[in-house]
Amino acid sequence: MSNTNLDQLQRDMFEVIRQPLTADERMRKRTLDGRPTKEIVERIIKPNDRLTSVERLEIYNRVYWFRILSSLADDFPGLRAVIGQRRFDKLITGYLTDRPSQSFTLRNLGSRLESWLREHPELTPKTERIALDMVRLEWADIDVFDSAELPTMAEADLGKLGEDPVLHLQPYLRLLDLKYPVDDLLLSIRGHLEPETDIASNVVIMEHSDRRREKRVSLPKPKKIYLAVHRQENEVYFKRLQPEAFALLRAIQEGKPLSAAIEVTVNWTNQKVEHITVHLHDWFANWAALGWFCHPES
Amino acid sequence: MPANRFNGYSDYGVGIGLRIPHYQHIFDKKPVVDWFEIISENFMVDGGRPLKVLDQILDRYRVVQHGVSMYFGSAEDLNREHLRRLKTLVKRTKTPWLTDHLCWGSVDGTYSHDLLPMPYTFEAAKRTAQKIREARDFLEVPIAVENVSSYAEFHVSEMTEWEFLTEVAEDADCGILLDVNNIYVSSRNHNFNPLDYVENVPHNRVAQIHIAGHSKYEKYILDTHDHPVIDPVWRLYKRAIELVGPTATLLEWDDRIPSFEEVHAEALKAKKHLPQNAAVAS
Repeated sequence: MSNTNLDQLQRDMFEVIRQPLTADERMRKRTLDGRPTKEIVERIIKPNDRLTSVERLEIYNRVYWFRILSSLADDFPGLRAVIGQRRFDKLITGYLTDRPSQSFTLRNLGSRLESWLREHPELTPKTERIALDMVRLEWADIDVFDSAELPTMAEADLGKLGEDPVLHLQPYLRLLDLKYPVDDLLLSIRGHLEPETDIASNVVIMEHSDRRREKRVSLPKPKKIYLAVHRQENEVYFKRLQPEAFALLRAIQEGKPLSAAIEVTVNWTNQKVEHITVHLHDWFANWAALGWFCHPES
Repeated sequence: MPANRFNGYSDYGVGIGLRIPHYQHIFDKKPVVDWFEIISENFMVDGGRPLKVLDQILDRYRVVQHGVSMYFGSAEDLNREHLRRLKTLVKRTKTPWLTDHLCWGSVDGTYSHDLLPMPYTFEAAKRTAQKIREARDFLEVPIAVENVSSYAEFHVSEMTEWEFLTEVAEDADCGILLDVNNIYVSSRNHNFNPLDYVENVPHNRVAQIHIAGHSKYEKYILDTHDHPVIDPVWRLYKRAIELVGPTATLLEWDDRIPSFEEVHAEALKAKKHLPQNAAVAS
């Protein structure tokens, strides 16, 4: 077998394993491009005295889907509660079919869910916006959990940076402008969940276990919120911000010098300049106390 | 043979996998454990709690890294970003050796997150060995490859699984992580004598041994790591120790994880096979 043949064998086998399961969680009879699965599988896989070639590869087809579906169900319990189990299953199967994992770690499985969901509002009828907000929050939560942390800068040190400094925010800080108060909703949903497990292990998963944990919730009314998703002592927290504080932090995060960041904020808000300047000291003191300012990466 | 160049000339005893449900017990009780095996991918991150926990563990315990996504057997090239992150972790843990699976699992950068079985061909062995050598040269740490449980066999295979493992290990000049539970599972799924496997691998290359439980279905056995080790697997382990010598041993328990004490007690059953056989190892 040449390397080309090894490559072709793996392509053919992976194509079969990756195709979504049928409604009763079996292997499909045809591939997504219409070829008979049985023909492909029998060419590659030997039968034995108990299982046909298709039945043997079906084990891998099921394990593939159960593993990634379970992983996303663990990562996005809020989305599942918002849209319901049936829609959630359909949505994440569609997502994983269109955007299969491009990372060696399951941690990144949901990294492209927000952008994919924006292209598929038909999958979350009547809940498009809150579903999108929930996905953004849940992905930020995953991302903040293990992002880098740089040495913090104390409030006293901020004054030593000169007249118009470029401030640096911690790499783990995420800023979200949301149309629904999904932070409270997610915390409420999490109160009903099982403890976390390891992201990756050798274990073979043979059931789509998260079905047993369905929990429907009452959805909140729209209410614009501005949120910082951040970390303290290695725990992830959600902190609501005043709109102007959010705008200022976002401008700082974009790398604008302080004067330009304040100018952007003033232009962005309907409030008077005084409304911002009166809060500035308290905001900076609070953000410094939370460790959000850091020394830039050398 | 317990310490060899494939496990960094270390002399580790019986360890268990480091799992989240046990963190609190470990930090509170500080139990005596020979060593912990970590899943590398769970710690290949930039910061936060995973690394904080790892550093606390490293302060007190010996740690060996075990990977699940290097995919030496995939036809495509190694993922450089993966290797870079893995090397950063290797420097942090100072793992004396590093393990991953003799399998494939990705095509064109798309990942299955599964341990897919290899076709046992000479060309596949050659390509796999080449990638193991590349990884070892980059990571600068001994590598041992683990035999996986499998549920399918290929028409194109030209040799047995243990011959393939031998071919790869010899060509790559790497170590072997001999998983006796996986041997048992595959032997039942593919109708071969598991003792043939244990007796015919190059014993001088065995750096580590895995033991675990599995689940029996009507027509096949699955490697689920959610039960105690069954007697036939203990017998395989005993035979492996007779042939290899006392070797770093690790119990895997990854699902329906019981208390720390229960997992550790199950692992320590391996010790009864270790001392009396140390003398006969050559």
